[in-house]
Amino acid sequence: MTLLLDSAKKSTVDVRPTRPRLGPGRAIPYGRVLGPVVVLAAWWGASAGGLFDPRLLPAPDTVLAAALDLIERGTLQDSLLVSLQRAGIGFSIGATVGIVLALLAGLSRSGEAVVDGWMQVQRSVPTLGLIPLMILWLGIGETFKVVIIAIVVAIIIYIQTYAGLTGIDSRYVELAETVDLSRARFIRLVVLPGALPGLFVGLRLAVTGSWLSLVVLEQINATSGIGYLMFQAQNYAQTEVIVVYGLFGFVSDGLLRLVERKVLAWRSTLSG
Amino acid sequence: MALDTQRVTTPAVRVRDLVRGFGSTAVLRGLDLDIAPGQFVALLGRSGSGKSTLLRALAGLDRGVAGTGEIDVPDQVAVVFQDSRLLPWQRVLPNVVIGLDGPNADRLGRDALAEVGLAGRERAWPRELSGGEQQRVALARSLVREPALLLADEPFGALDALTRIRMHALLRELCQRHGPAVLLVTHDVDEAIVLADRVVVLVDGAIAVDRPIELAQPRSHRDPAFLSYRYELLTALGVDAE
Ligand SMILES: Nc1ncnc2c1ncn2[C@@H]1O[C@H](COP(=O)(O)OP(=O)(O)O)[C@@H](O)[C@H]1O
Ligand SMILES: [Mg+2]
Repeated sequence: MTLLLDSAKKSTVDVRPTRPRLGPGRAIPYGRVLGPVVVLAAWWGASAGGLFDPRLLPAPDTVLAAALDLIERGTLQDSLLVSLQRAGIGFSIGATVGIVLALLAGLSRSGEAVVDGWMQVQRSVPTLGLIPLMILWLGIGETFKVVIIAIVVAIIIYIQTYAGLTGIDSRYVELAETVDLSRARFIRLVVLPGALPGLFVGLRLAVTGSWLSLVVLEQINATSGIGYLMFQAQNYAQTEVIVVYGLFGFVSDGLLRLVERKVLAWRSTLSG
Repeated sequence: MALDTQRVTTPAVRVRDLVRGFGSTAVLRGLDLDIAPGQFVALLGRSGSGKSTLLRALAGLDRGVAGTGEIDVPDQVAVVFQDSRLLPWQRVLPNVVIGLDGPNADRLGRDALAEVGLAGRERAWPRELSGGEQQRVALARSLVREPALLLADEPFGALDALTRIRMHALLRELCQRHGPAVLLVTHDVDEAIVLADRVVVLVDGAIAVDRPIELAQPRSHRDPAFLSYRYELLTALGVDAE
C-alpha cells in the first residue's frame, strides 16, 4: 500500500474537495484510556490542592498505596481469586444457559413460544430482589451466590443474543437453503456469526452485571471476596479500597473489547 | 448447442400447469416450460410479471406461496441472486465452498475462483470486493457445485454496463465449460439475445413467446438478425420498438 503510494508520488500537492463528516471519524489512539486518565489527573490535582476532604475521597497516591499494601499482604489477590471464581462459575453457567435459550427461541417457533415469553417476564423482575427467595431455597452458602450471578448473566445474554438472532437477514437464510447446508452447519456458519455482534453486547453488559451482583452478594454472610473487602473498607472508612474496585470493571470490559475487535474483524461500522 | 439431439432426451426442467399467486391475485396461471439439459434459456418479462416467482418456485424457495402444478428439476440446482449474498463474516474462499464436503473442497474452490478471474483473492473479505467481483464470487460458489441447473435472477442487474458486458462473456464461457441447463431471468432484451440459446417471454402468467436464437457466438448487436429478434421480443413485451 505505501509502496504503491510511494511509486505513484510525483508531486506533494493534495487538493481535494471535502464534505462535512457525519460519522464520528477516525478513532483516537488509546482514546478509551484517555477519559479515565483525565479524571485521574483532575482528581490528583484537586487532592493536592486540598479541594477534597481526604476522608471522603483520598488522593490517588493514597489509593495506590492502599492497593500496594493490600497486594503485599495478599488480601487483594486472595479476595480477587475468590470473587473471580464465583463470578467465573456463575458467568459460565449463565452465559451457556442464555445462549442455548436464545438459540432455542431464535431457531424454532415452539422454542420461541415457550422460552421467549417467559424470559421477557424474567427480564422485568430485578434478579437481586430474588436474593431472599434464593437463600430460602438454596441456603446461605456459595450456591445461591453462583445461582444469582448465573441468572443475572443468563437474562442479559439471552436478551441481546435473541435480538441478534432475530435480526439476521433472511436473505442469508435463503442462501443457506440453496446450498443445502445441514442444520448444524447453518447454525455454525450463519446463525452464530450473525448473532455474534449482539452476543458481544450481551457479554459486556453481563460482565458488568456480574461484578455488580458480586458486590451485593458478598456483603451477605461472606467472609471472603472483593465485595466482602469492600464491605470491610466501608465499615472502617477505607475509601481507597472501594476505588480499586472500579479498575476491575474497566479492565474486564477492555479485555472483552479486544476479543470483540478480533472476532468481528469483518465488520466496518461507525465505531470501526 | 445441438438442440435437436437434446430435445429427445428427458428435459432437465419440466414445469406443467404451474399456478402461483399472492392473496387473491394469480401471478402464474397455468405455466408450462421445458428446458433441455445444457440449454441456456433467458426468461424475459415486464417488471412484476412473475419472473422471480417462477424462479423461486423452481429453486424450491416458495414454501409459503399458494399454488398448484408440477415441477421437475434436477437434484443439483444452484441459484445466483441479484445481490451476491456472500456472508460478510466469511472470507471469499469459505463463501465459495460453503456447504461442500471432502478434502478437495478448498482446491475446487480455488479452481472456481481462478475460473472467474479471482485467483489470489481467497482471503479477502466480501466488502473489500467491487460489486462485479462479488457477483463473480457468487458465480464461483454456484459452479463449484457442478449444478445440472443454474437459476439466475437478474444476476447483473446491479452492475454497470461495462462490467455487465464482461460478465456476459464470462457466464457464457463458464456455462459452455460446465454445461448446466440455465434459466436466466432478465429484463434486458439485448442481454437475453446475446447469451441465450432460447428466449421465453412471460406475459399474463404464462409463456407467451418461445423463441430459439439461431445466431452464431459471439453475437453482434448490429447483425440484422439480432435486430429482428430484438424487435420481436420488445413487441412481445409491449414496448413500441420503432
Ligand atoms: N412475497 C410477496 N408477497 C406479495 N406479493 C408478492 C410477493 N412476491 C411477489 N409478489 C407480487 O407478485 C408479482 C410478481 O412478482 P415477481 O415475480 O417478483 O415479478 P418480477 O420478478 O417479474 O419483477 C408482483 O405483482 C409482486 O408484487
Ligand atoms: Mg424479479
